Amino acid sequence: MTGTRTVVDPWRGFSDGAWQDAIDVADFIRHNHRPYTGDASFLTGATCRTLEVWGRLRQMFVEERQRGVYDVDAATPSAITAHRPGYIDQNLELIVGLQTDAPLRRAIMPAGGLRMVENALKAYGYEPDPTVRQIFTRYRKTHNDAVFDAYPADVLAARRSHIITGLPDAYGRGRIIGDYRRVALYGVDRLVAERRAHRVALDAQPSTDAVIRDREELAEQIRALGELKEMAAGYGYDISAPAGTAREAIQWLYFAYLAATKEQNGAAMSLGRTAGFVDVYLERDLAEGRLTEIDAQELVDDFVIKLRIIRFLRTPEYDQLFSGDPTWVTESIGGMGSDGRPLVTRTSFRYLQTLYNLGPAPEPNLTVLWSPRLPEGFKRFCAQVSLDTSAIQYENDELIRPRYDDDAAIACCVSAMRVGKDMQFFGARANLAKALLYAINGGRDELTGDQVSPPMPPVGGEVLDYAEVLDAYDRMLDWLAATYVTALNVIHHMHDRYAYERLEMALHDYPVHRFLATGIAGLSVAVDSLSAIKHARVKVLRDETGLATDYLVEGDFPCFGNNDDRVDEIAVWLVGTFLAKLRRQRAYRNAEHTLSVLTITSNVVYGRHTGHTPDGRRAGEPFAPGANPMNGRDTHGLVAAALSVAKLPYDLARDGISLTTTVTPDGLGRTRDEQIGNLVGVLDGYTDAGGFHLNMNVLDRATLTDAMVHPERYPQLTIRVSGYAVNFVRLTPEQQRDVISRTFHGAL
Amino acid sequence: MTGPPSAAGRTPPGAAGTRPLVGAVHSYDLSTGVDGPGTRFVAFLAGCPLRCRFCHSPDTWYRRSGREHTVDQLMAEVAKYRRFISVAGGGVTISGGEPLMQPAFTGEVLRRCHADGLHTALDTSGFLGDRADDALLDATDLVLLDIKSWDPQTYRRVTRTGRVTPTLRFARRLADRGTPMWIRFVLVPGLTDDEANVAGIASFVAGLDTVQRVEVLPFHRLGAHKYAELGLRFPLADTAPPDAALLVRVRGQFAAHGLTVY
Repeated sequence: MTGTRTVVDPWRGFSDGAWQDAIDVADFIRHNHRPYTGDASFLTGATCRTLEVWGRLRQMFVEERQRGVYDVDAATPSAITAHRPGYIDQNLELIVGLQTDAPLRRAIMPAGGLRMVENALKAYGYEPDPTVRQIFTRYRKTHNDAVFDAYPADVLAARRSHIITGLPDAYGRGRIIGDYRRVALYGVDRLVAERRAHRVALDAQPSTDAVIRDREELAEQIRALGELKEMAAGYGYDISAPAGTAREAIQWLYFAYLAATKEQNGAAMSLGRTAGFVDVYLERDLAEGRLTEIDAQELVDDFVIKLRIIRFLRTPEYDQLFSGDPTWVTESIGGMGSDGRPLVTRTSFRYLQTLYNLGPAPEPNLTVLWSPRLPEGFKRFCAQVSLDTSAIQYENDELIRPRYDDDAAIACCVSAMRVGKDMQFFGARANLAKALLYAINGGRDELTGDQVSPPMPPVGGEVLDYAEVLDAYDRMLDWLAATYVTALNVIHHMHDRYAYERLEMALHDYPVHRFLATGIAGLSVAVDSLSAIKHARVKVLRDETGLATDYLVEGDFPCFGNNDDRVDEIAVWLVGTFLAKLRRQRAYRNAEHTLSVLTITSNVVYGRHTGHTPDGRRAGEPFAPGANPMNGRDTHGLVAAALSVAKLPYDLARDGISLTTTVTPDGLGRTRDEQIGNLVGVLDGYTDAGGFHLNMNVLDRATLTDAMVHPERYPQLTIRVSGYAVNFVRLTPEQQRDVISRTFHGAL
Repeated sequence: MTGPPSAAGRTPPGAAGTRPLVGAVHSYDLSTGVDGPGTRFVAFLAGCPLRCRFCHSPDTWYRRSGREHTVDQLMAEVAKYRRFISVAGGGVTISGGEPLMQPAFTGEVLRRCHADGLHTALDTSGFLGDRADDALLDATDLVLLDIKSWDPQTYRRVTRTGRVTPTLRFARRLADRGTPMWIRFVLVPGLTDDEANVAGIASFVAGLDTVQRVEVLPFHRLGAHKYAELGLRFPLADTAPPDAALLVRVRGQFAAHGLTVY
């Protein structure tokens, strides 16, 4: 491995543009990308070298799966330069860099929260390090500790009762995408100079709280960029100047991403939108004869291998909540340019090809930005990859581009942002189904009987009256929205103070635009419950304290997921109502409120903590994931369900609306050609109807049942669950059963 | 894909000035790739004259098990999917039960869809093929024709109430008038799998110019629970689905005639 520079002018052959004068990667791509409208026939398979590197890791995965983690460095709090360089095999790797000094050895990141680190260590049989403990208790406060110093009682109560769940108050918040491409295009020195100019300009500003904070943050960002250079130097690379070849571009970009993952254990550490950028370099090298197609694919494969072994130390409970060991290294592929040209390049294909060359895998979370206007060859290849691997998700480029322009990327599962221009304060979900039960019970918890919200008048009578329930629900949602935003404001205030993402924010514009990304869970349960109250008769069963604990439904009622306006409009109303209430709450740093209808497999956990609901769902039964209809209640097939979900306006849920579906291959057509064509048609139709996101699992029930019994035969079986892919064999049996029993559309 | 102008809006015989045409519709579904090309709105009409032993939808045998719909009501449901179907590619399939139990209703729905530019398919056993008038077939782009068996005794044994002759007559009529067909054959071990029985269908179908494909559908027992819910005995409860070797043999018999077979 050598860091010797072989190329004089790193920007040779690039078209001029505003990108040369200002930091503007989007402008660079617009001026330099070459759309590819052909098919997948140019792609090449894995080389022996690739298979050798991947093979070594695959052996380690077996042990990792058995023990939960492969290895942990329990004594070294992670930082950009905390660990010595690490390799899988220094002689074989094309793209280098590991989070610690060895593959799959996980780092600790106590700045987010020491408790989570120590619990995870103990769970996996490691002794917490006393020095680390002393540092992060006596000398250095953690984000986790700070949050609990400032939480008001309401938040603690809502958190304990699970009406608000998954708050990032014990670990890194994640969902921030640094524009890692900047390091490759400009080199670190240019970026440092740009930050310095912003920092110096602030000297002239009055020293308000906000300005002082910005000065400090910019100083931290500059420091982090310096550490990034130092880290790369450890691997023998000088990244102060721009990358001069494709291999360097991928390496520089990966170093930047790697540094972020050394510093932050974020809930989602997404990559951004790199394929189109990398393509410019690969095509230049191909044209210069520097690379062949086999070499180009090999570089992409090697990069993706690295992305597949990003690891964070988390507790088994966390992994249970999120199914497996997710990192959400989300990469957004495809889409259309604002100039009407497709942003599909050969490298869009090359990224997807890794699912063949290395086998299916949940990470990186490959996300195709779909438009009916995408080139036919690319659409068909995506459909083919879905049929073969189930490992890609789709999001509606026709909804994203008009709002975020054509250099947007997805963070985590469904959160679109402009790369390097927007960041978000991520925060968990409010359980709207449980909130409906609270409304009926005047704020008492239906499982414990405890008063959680301030006392409110409960809904009386033997049969629930729709208007009365709506009034009570409205009041309860006011309280929930206020409590929820309060929790997020506290979390993000403290995260900025104690676990600031120095490097990721160094790779954003200054000043940056901020979202406060809220979420809801249990939409279809709440909506079907309201539909039952409105269209049927719902009798209340109360215990001796007057607490409503169960409901008897008499008569039929329309359920969400059947393309029936009588109930779908309740869903639209509910999402809009809750968003409006959130927006009335002031957000930390004047962030813009957004909302997602997304649960990962946490729909299982949300359901477990929610009592009987008026739609007939039994206590503890899982919710449907994301915006999905409840399992089995969508009786007219996938398309009807999808069109119900597509009615939720994206502008009410700009943080994303998730739909997960499962079909069997023979439910898409007789021949592979038909199946591909029909799947393309369904994706076009759903996108055209305004559907935002689609997880497409193409599987048969027998495969999943067999995988439950014989997990060792299916180490790479990947299914998509509400926004990202998971290894099926790493799900809990409960989650596996949920996936199987979920509407298994034998035919679409 | 536009229909003949004369077919659009034609008043069905005997319906002028009387109450609107009403059909018994069991349910509807959106399906992809299995009930004709692309993504389709599939209306399952209630009522069937046959009692096939392998039937997986005994809940559609009687007209009374459907809900009454006017043509307008059913077309209002279709309209919700009109745009999706046109973008995704697909159409409308009238299935059942046996849609030709209600030829006037079926014909009118097919005409309305066809006039609207939707691809139309009729999923039928052909046993009541004589009830399909030329106007109905003019509005039908594709017939999914289920040939239960070739041998008359076997056909009787399979369907309990039917005869094979009307289906064969209907198939020839479709071929003569140029209507495309997908032939379906349900393969049940021990019931329809006799080599001569299959050979008879294969050579007959090979003589029909408009057959685009043959689908050999392996018998399954996924409808068994419906029998239990209806208090009926599922006659093939103990019959296993065909094994791979049998499927290969039967598909081979069709393919030997140069037919496209799945």
